Amino acid sequence: MSEISSLFQISLRSLWMHRLRSGLTTLGIVFGVASVIAMLAIGEGASRQAQEQIAHLGSTNIILKTVKPSDIEIADASQQTIQEYGLRYDDAERFRDTIPDAQVVVPVRRRPQQAQYRSRRITAEVVGTVAWYPELVPIEVRIGRFLSSLDMHYNEAVCVIDETVQDTLFQFDDPVGQDVKIAGEYYRVVGIVKDVSAGIGDQEQPSERSSQDSGITGSIYIPLPTMKSRFGEIQIQIGGASGVSGERVELSEITIKVPTMDRVLPTRDVLAALLDQNHKKKDYQIVVPLELLRQAAQTKRIFSIVLGSIAAISLLVGGIGIMNIMLATVSERTREIGIRRALGARKKDIVVQFLSETILLTLIGGLLGMMVGACIPILVTILGRMPTVITAGAMILSFGISAGIGLTFGLYPAYHAANMDPIESLRHE
Amino acid sequence: MVTPGASGGGVRRDTVVRIENLCKSYRIGVLELPVLNGLDITFYKGEYVAIMGPSGSGKSTLLNILGCLDKPSSGRYMLGSQDVSKLNDNELSTIRGKQIGFIFQSFNLIRQLNIIENIEVAMYYQRRPKAESRQRAIQLAERVGLGDRLKHRPFELSGGQQQRVAIARALANDPLIILADEPTGNLDTQSGKEILVMLDELNIQGKTIIVVTHDEYVAERTHRAIHLRDGRIERQICNGKGRE
Repeated sequence: MSEISSLFQISLRSLWMHRLRSGLTTLGIVFGVASVIAMLAIGEGASRQAQEQIAHLGSTNIILKTVKPSDIEIADASQQTIQEYGLRYDDAERFRDTIPDAQVVVPVRRRPQQAQYRSRRITAEVVGTVAWYPELVPIEVRIGRFLSSLDMHYNEAVCVIDETVQDTLFQFDDPVGQDVKIAGEYYRVVGIVKDVSAGIGDQEQPSERSSQDSGITGSIYIPLPTMKSRFGEIQIQIGGASGVSGERVELSEITIKVPTMDRVLPTRDVLAALLDQNHKKKDYQIVVPLELLRQAAQTKRIFSIVLGSIAAISLLVGGIGIMNIMLATVSERTREIGIRRALGARKKDIVVQFLSETILLTLIGGLLGMMVGACIPILVTILGRMPTVITAGAMILSFGISAGIGLTFGLYPAYHAANMDPIESLRHE
Repeated sequence: MVTPGASGGGVRRDTVVRIENLCKSYRIGVLELPVLNGLDITFYKGEYVAIMGPSGSGKSTLLNILGCLDKPSSGRYMLGSQDVSKLNDNELSTIRGKQIGFIFQSFNLIRQLNIIENIEVAMYYQRRPKAESRQRAIQLAERVGLGDRLKHRPFELSGGQQQRVAIARALANDPLIILADEPTGNLDTQSGKEILVMLDELNIQGKTIIVVTHDEYVAERTHRAIHLRDGRIERQICNGKGRE
């Protein structure tokens, strides 16, 4: 151990003698390793984000979404009639009754609404759903309970709020047992939930959310039958060039859970066929998280290949640069090699000496590269708003790569040094 | 004339180096260029011998072979009790490190190492423990009068001082023979004299020294001067200073 450390100490001294040259030489490795780290961090971040999103959607879930068909908008807007489209209650019932693999069917209706508690008002997303909603979506009940079957059966005017609503609407008051006024009616708060996937799920939120102004804070869950009876299905919008327009949408979303992952795709096909029969227009969209997972994996692969090639080329160039400089060093130190050989150094000793110098050089470059590489993902996260994850594996890999480059590109100069004729070397000026 | 150790006076002395019918030739294209033509020389323990001769006489080649830096084309080279003419590169390296101490005309110190480290290098390749090497290097530096310059680098020293470091380095592994190649060639007269005095002292302490030189003044201090010409021994002059 002490032998290795003294070897590295001597190597370090030789490198320090030519510090400018050594520094410039290592730059190639610095950038190469930095790009490896950055590549892995960005790739890992992207893949984790995708996986979290998909886990949030559920890998055994199939999600049907109501989409506003573009053709009726143009046709009906002038007539000022009520547009009717989207998924319906009978769709959900049909799925439950006819598809054996549909273990859980969760219909959801979403609608932004103003909610009021005492004098405070916010616009929240009102989610009409069923009691078994938490089976498909990762939410966690913090206080109280979620909606129950009884709530649904009796069309109870109860609601469950999430933590965002709790913070903004109630602030310091205990919300459970209080009444929230939504669209003129009062709902008693029975529970508070936390969306476990909060913060990463923006993308798969319903389209209403992104099309509306961003003033929506949090979600309020109410029983779907209650929503149906109290809100109706028609939403009238006033304003714009078309004047008054109305939309009739029964459900925003139906999520279906199948028992295993290999049942996802066949069930998707059955669903597509069923929907095709019962919908004249293409007013729905089928989202299969499992496919998204595959797409994400594919995207990540392409991304990794591109960044990996850049890293590989830069490491190759860096390695060749190191080899070049080590050859120059060897020829510059021919005399020293001769002296060492005369003093009893075996060829092996010379190989080890120059190899250790090269490896030290690349390891220093690798460490610097790791530092630079650790900064790039942070910048990417701050400036590009992309999540990045630096793993210990990436660091170990980079360290290994730099040592490997030192070894690979150091071997030739080291052997060149060892095989010089000692007599010639001693005469070398 | 070719009887070596004439000053032995019948007393049997230990042989350190014996070369028998040593030949060395270099091949240049198709041409065989003989440099050494069947040399027979015996060096005894505690002897101080000068090898002299004009350029091209083969003295450098002889020195390289004696120093195990080169191999003879034919003939035998016995160092101590070992035939080293057939050894491979690794074994020769070990012999060089253990049995031979080199002193060069141009000192040949390693410039990025300080004085102690330069002395230690020789021991490093013999895998001697670091603490022991360090201690011995300091002792040797003190012995050649450089105890106050331990951390200096070679370029901070005068030529004479550098050569003294080289002598300390040559002694590091307590070798069988010390080979000096024009040790005073790059020094002014005064420094050269100091180095020669140091070599005399080493010889008095029992070291076998072989010195290659042009300088008659150097040769005069030795027990025996071997003159080479065209790869053969031209003559040997015994200075009668050999100790019994």
